[in-house]
Formats: sequence, structure tokens, C-alpha cells
Amino acid sequence: MIHVSSLSKIYRVHKRPPGLWAAVRSLVHRNYENVHALAEVSFHIAPGERVGFLGPNGAGKTTALKILSGLLYPTTGKVTVGGYTPHERRVEFLRSITLVMGQKQQLMWDLPPSETFAMNRALFDLPKREADAIQNELVELLQVGPLLGKPCRQLSLGERMKCELVAALLHRPKVLFLDEPTIGLDVSMQAQLRDFIRRHNEATGATILLTSHYMADVAALCPRVVVIDKGHLIYDGDLKTLARRIRPEKRITLHFASVPAPGSLDRLGNCVARSDSQATLSVPAAQVTDAVRAALDQLPIADISVEDPPLEEIMREFLGGERLGAEGKTPT
Amino acid sequence: MRRLLASRAFGSVRRLLRAYPGLLRVGLADMLAYRAEFLVWILSMNMPLVMMALWTAVAADGPMGRFGQREFVAYYLGMLIVRILTGSWLVWELTMEIRRGTLAIRLLRPIHPLWAFSAMQLAAVPLRALVISPLIVVLYWVAGARLPTHDPERLAILFASIVGAWLLLFLVMAVIGMLAAYVESALSVFDLWLGAQAILSGFLVPLELMPAWVARLARVLPFRYILGFPVETLIGLESDAVALHELGIQWLFVTGALAMTMLLWRKALRRFAAFGG
Repeated sequence: MIHVSSLSKIYRVHKRPPGLWAAVRSLVHRNYENVHALAEVSFHIAPGERVGFLGPNGAGKTTALKILSGLLYPTTGKVTVGGYTPHERRVEFLRSITLVMGQKQQLMWDLPPSETFAMNRALFDLPKREADAIQNELVELLQVGPLLGKPCRQLSLGERMKCELVAALLHRPKVLFLDEPTIGLDVSMQAQLRDFIRRHNEATGATILLTSHYMADVAALCPRVVVIDKGHLIYDGDLKTLARRIRPEKRITLHFASVPAPGSLDRLGNCVARSDSQATLSVPAAQVTDAVRAALDQLPIADISVEDPPLEEIMREFLGGERLGAEGKTPT
Repeated sequence: MRRLLASRAFGSVRRLLRAYPGLLRVGLADMLAYRAEFLVWILSMNMPLVMMALWTAVAADGPMGRFGQREFVAYYLGMLIVRILTGSWLVWELTMEIRRGTLAIRLLRPIHPLWAFSAMQLAAVPLRALVISPLIVVLYWVAGARLPTHDPERLAILFASIVGAWLLLFLVMAVIGMLAAYVESALSVFDLWLGAQAILSGFLVPLELMPAWVARLARVLPFRYILGFPVETLIGLESDAVALHELGIQWLFVTGALAMTMLLWRKALRRFAAFGG
């Protein structure tokens, strides 16, 4: 569905030092710098896949999404989405994709969301019955019925984002580019949107490429991740594999019925957090069973849980040091 | 290949025709939501009234060329009517959307953003027509005999000249607005345009009262075809033959502006970096 080969994008950026003199100087002499937003990035996404597009701020994620949705011209490389070259911006291509940007909205600010929906129905030339059915279905799934008549400016951020999704999905796009769709939302609203996106993907088979700084979004939605940093692809593969490679340990959280004896945790694993009532141990995956058994035998355990380390921690460590290529191999 | 292109073009026109009524309806709803802003905009259109007061006072001592007091009143009322009918705010909207990157959202829709902009702005015409109707009554009272009420040919020329004026201003605003993809000060360029337009369109002073070289210069520049020409046609200052000739010139400017818009649009899109994340 999405094919990206050797994609590069270079921005030419005007640069000047701070200060009045530099401002005056820039009137007659301007310095430009070439910024390599993307360098030789290649990946392929099959129809119906849900892929997380990860990287720190300024890594080139949004640039890549904009190229994939036809908003930017690539400097070099080849990109096709559903068989179309995005920057040619064919009508059929635009009807097959959508881009939801958490930081930019398409809803008209002073009008109720229903007016934006009406406009999109006109712009996408949707037959009335079909558009009614899709709109009703989305409105019901996202539970935004009571919001349709309220001016957009009076909606909360979460309500607006739900309505954004209705507007973006009215034309039943085959490819969804979601650029930080849950940014700024509370935890419950994030969970609702994640749930909706997953169900939408399962029901329609739409391909989803998601960027988010909330690892919970990625963990819940994307079995596969593509990681870029400073414009370079540094990992493309299974999220769990990445997690295991970066942090082969598991986290065992122990809740105590009474305060355990000092030093009693030392033999079980590396203690990463500790209080009187609970402790968190980092233990190599192969030794988890032994460690749990020993804890149950030797400590006053009230409750016990075993989890992977937080994804945030894994990504921080990954982006801070190790570099892996496609399926963990160094890019050539 | 030619057949494919023709069928594509036909398809887009058909799609556009189907979409346009819906866009106009949403545009009208948008206009009504901004009714207070609209009212303030109308109230800010007082310059022709100021000029009317000034020139009728000057003409109290005797006519200036073809302009006596009644002609000045008719001219500036006509100016107000044409200004309100053909006014556009595209340049502000386009520069803002380019600079903030929100044009990206329009570019993701399968209809050219300028069509959508045009619908949003044309949707304001009914409300504007409502506002100018009392002005038309006063104009009829002042210059009834000169108005093209019984002459279908002149009415047609007047209608075409107002459509042409709207289109010319819209396209000029599109061209200047798109400069925002290249320079940070596209609106300053438009300020320059407005300065020249105030003088060379007949907005402040009827062109025939200006020095002859200014009037001659104005005839070969686009400004006059945005305001002065439709006003002169409205209040009967031009003969049918001259009006028809100037209509041709006006539409040549429209065609030129359209070509420039299309060319610059393609180039500006390549420059548009969908700023702002």
C-alpha cells in the first residue's frame, strides 16, 4: 500500500544570529543552510497494517507524513501510496487518504462540526445516502451526536478531536495518516480514541501510519514501528522485538503484606524502585520464573505482577544510544 | 492521452458543479456566524462617503469637467456599491494559511483550494446585496436617468464588468497571497497594491479629473478595471461602444491574472513547506 524508497528531503533554511545588527545585515546578505530532514529512508507498509512512526522531535516524522500525503515534494527518492505518487495530488489519491493532525484542525472554528461535515461531503462529492450512513455510524461510534450543533470553539479539545476524526473519515479513506492525534488529551480520551482507531482499522481494513509521543498509543495500536532519528531510519520492525533487544529484562513489581527484611531483595534481581510496601525489580527474561518463585517463597508477598519495561524508557535508551536497521539490522 | 485528459477535465468540472452549491451554503453559514465582523467591515467602507462630501463641497462653486454635485454623489455611491459587491479578503486568509501551514488541510481535499475560497467569498454576496439595496435606491433617485435600467445591452456590460472586477481582485489577491510562500511580507506587497489602487482605480478621485498622463497610465494598468470602470459603466459615464471596448480590456486582465495565478500556484506549492509542524 505504501512504498518509500531512498526518500530524502532537504529544506533550505534562512539562518541568522540574534540581535539588531544581524537583522540589518540579513537585509543585504542572507545565509542559508540546507537541513536534511530525511535521508535515504526506505520502508514498505502492507494494506491494513498499523504502523507506528517514532522518533524524537525534529526527527523527520511529520515531514515524511507530509510527503506521503502529497503536501511536500520529496527532494529525491520514490514514494507511492495506493499506487499513486502523492505530490501529483490526483483526485483519486486525495479521496483515498486522510491526514489527521493533532495540532491543526479542519473544523471551522465558529461553526458547528455539522457544517464542516457538510462541506467535506460536498468537497468529496459523497452521495447523500452513503454520506448520511457513514456520518451516522461515525457519530455513534465516537458518541458526538450532542456536539454536532455546538460551535466548534465551545467544544473541549477531546470533543474537537473526535469531531476531527468524523470529518477526516467521512470519505472512507483507505490510508490514515495520524500525526499525534491524541496530543493534549486526557488519559481517558486518549484511550477512547485509541480504541476507536483500532476498531476502525479492524472494520474497514484501512492502513494506518501513526506518529505519537505517547508510547501508550503506539503500544496499543501498532504491532510494527518505524523509527527515524535525524532523518535516518534506525529501526523498522516488530515493536516487541525492539523492546526485547533494548531491554531484555522484565519488571517484577512486588506488593508486600509487611515490610521485608533488609537485603532480602538483593538476590532476586536489580531493584529499580523501593518503598516499605512495594518494590520493582528488573530481571532478565529467562530468570523471571525463578525470581517470582523465590519471591513467593522468601518474602511476605500480598500481590505480584510481571511487565515489560515502560516503552518510554526503552525508546529513551534506544534513541540515546543503540542503532538498529530494518528488523534490527544495521542499515546499509 | 488527449481523451484521458479531456475526460479528467470534464470529471473535475462536473464534481465542482456538484460541490459548489454545498460550499456556498456552508459559506453563507460562515458569513452569518461572522455577521458582526461583516457589519464593522461595511461601516469601515466610509472613504467614498468622505470623498463624496469633499467633492460635492468643491463642486458647489461650479462643475469640474463632467462632474457637478449630482455626478459626484452618483460616482461615489456607485463606488461604494461596487466596492462592497466586489470586495474580497482572500489575500489575508491565504497569507495566514500559508504562514501557519493550515493551507495543508485545504490541499488534502480533492477540489482546488481557490474554488473553495471563491465559494466562501461569493456566499457573502447575498448579504452584501442586502446592504447595498438602500444605496441603489438613493443612486436611482440621484442619477435615475443615467442608470442602465432600460438598456439590456448596458445592463449586460455592467453585470460582466462587476463579475470581471470581482474576479480580477480575487485573482490579484491570490497571486499576492501566494507570495507568502516566498517572502515573509506578502501583505506589505498588498499594501503597496492598495496604495496604487486608491489612486489609479479612481477610488479617491475620478480618473478624468486627474492629470491626463495619470488617466492614460490608468487605462493600461489593471487597477481601474477593479473599481473605476464598473462605476463609470454603472452611472453611465461611458458610451456603450467604449464600455464594451474596456470590458474587453478588463477580461484580458482577468485572463492574464488567471494565467499568473495558475503558474504561481504550481510554483508556490513546491515552495510551501506546510509550515508549523
